Amino acid sequence: MRDGSMKRELIKILMFAALIFAAPVFLGGGYIVNVLIFVGIYTILAVALNLLLGLAGQISLGQAAFFGLGAYISGVLTATHAVNPWVAMSIAVIAVGIAAFAIGFPILKLKGHYLAMATLGMGIIVYIVFNETVEVTGGPSGLSGIPNLSIFGFVFNSDTANYYLVWAFTVMTILLSVNLSASRIGRALRAIHDSEVAARILGVNVRLLKVQIFTISGILSAVAGSLYAHTVQFVSPASFGFNVSIELLTMVIIGGLGSIYGSFLGAAILTLLPELFRTFQDYDIVVYGMVLIVMTMFMPGGLVRGMPLLARFVLAKVRPALVKKA
Amino acid sequence: MLEVKGITKIFGGLTALQDVSFSVAAGDITGIIGPNGAGKTTLFNIVTGIYAPTSGRVHYDGKDITGFPPEKLARLGLVRTFQGIELFGEMTVLENVMVGLHTKSQSGIIASALKLPSHLREEQHIRERALSWLEFAGIAGLSDMKAGNLPFGKGRLLEIARAMAAEPKIVLLDEPAAGLNSRETLDLSHLIKRIKDSGITVALVEHDMELVMDICSTIVVLNLGTKLAQGTPRQIQEDEKVITAYLGEG
Repeated sequence: MRDGSMKRELIKILMFAALIFAAPVFLGGGYIVNVLIFVGIYTILAVALNLLLGLAGQISLGQAAFFGLGAYISGVLTATHAVNPWVAMSIAVIAVGIAAFAIGFPILKLKGHYLAMATLGMGIIVYIVFNETVEVTGGPSGLSGIPNLSIFGFVFNSDTANYYLVWAFTVMTILLSVNLSASRIGRALRAIHDSEVAARILGVNVRLLKVQIFTISGILSAVAGSLYAHTVQFVSPASFGFNVSIELLTMVIIGGLGSIYGSFLGAAILTLLPELFRTFQDYDIVVYGMVLIVMTMFMPGGLVRGMPLLARFVLAKVRPALVKKA
Repeated sequence: MLEVKGITKIFGGLTALQDVSFSVAAGDITGIIGPNGAGKTTLFNIVTGIYAPTSGRVHYDGKDITGFPPEKLARLGLVRTFQGIELFGEMTVLENVMVGLHTKSQSGIIASALKLPSHLREEQHIRERALSWLEFAGIAGLSDMKAGNLPFGKGRLLEIARAMAAEPKIVLLDEPAAGLNSRETLDLSHLIKRIKDSGITVALVEHDMELVMDICSTIVVLNLGTKLAQGTPRQIQEDEKVITAYLGEG
């Protein structure tokens, strides 16, 4: 990569990290910090989906399954079997990675609608398992008593502490994902998105690369799940249902396919807005559907790419009007 | 270099190719011609691993490569272009060629995500190589343009530059002159000659007779799925069977 664009990327991530670091100081803790923890967790999930959907062009409507598996494995191991939370997190991430690889291998032979249906099925099956294996997961009433993470005797038991913990993972996820998408692997993934046959002709192992990115997407989602379990200290199936997968899809589309920072924007908007408009609560899935339709129709590149275009468009409309007035 | 031995391909009840054999000599430009429906593109698809033949073998570089997938063939130095050009439309012209260098680089997912020094050095190398291939094809000035916005003729040059970036031993061009005007066709013929001069074997399927007669040293004629003739341009021009196939029986 050229020096100039590398420096720009570095400045971007540093500014972003500084903003994240300073936020609780200015907001003064409390409820809003709690909400921002969820923005961090959903950002990891949206970025994970974006690597799969935005870069490689492979849809998944079952991301909530990996999120939930990460959360439940971490939760059950610590709450029921008293395993150290960090060890539980590692086990959760490795187990989900293996599961994603094993599922990805056959499932990614499918394309387009068929892949959407298969991943949808995966999400629903896992959701049913969470509900039905009552002895292990506690069923619909959930699993409580999950301990916080701790490091050298410091327990992440306040909102502010958890905020920094979660966002450390989130910033790391963004950094690694930005690097990956600008690399040889990222180019190969985007090549698959545009023309599989041409990518293969040039020596890209399309089959393997798709499975690898699906696995990475699963692993990152499991990290988010484990963080969720240890910060909220309670998990129930409702947090990992079909609507969560759709919500993640909406976040990615709002931010822009392939735009890593866009996924953060999408996650922030979709996490903060419902807090502001509590009246939507029961109709949230309707609102997401409408947002999806409007975005794909009028701003298919997402906000990060679409906003400058919109600004230029508005300026072009407004400027002649101002000139006329003067 | 490349040897096709008794290839037959049957689609359902339709025989697209019937016992076709020919060879491509190293360092040559070999043209494969024939009327529409002769099975030229099917033959290319079999050689490049997109279809499996019903029977027959393909040998390349002394190895039996029948049924090898395209990605494996690319690593062995066999690369092709497509009749309807297959670019990565959302990526820039330069990035397209950088993908061409995929087999010539090896940074994995972890090295890429962590931006290890080895990866950064390799990226630099990939970028420089890609730029030099764009210069080779005469389109370096378009490097930052989105490939999907290229005019057709330039897109064709980009596809060839991208194939060359994979540093093949043999490159198969499927109707490279299709859709080009006479000026662009002339540029193309110069480019193909330069590819040959750099020591790379070329095989091409083409309808443009002028181009084929000008640049090819060997021509294979297919008609209705069978090989009609093989020879130098002069031999082919004087071949009774070929004239009949093209002009119809008088």
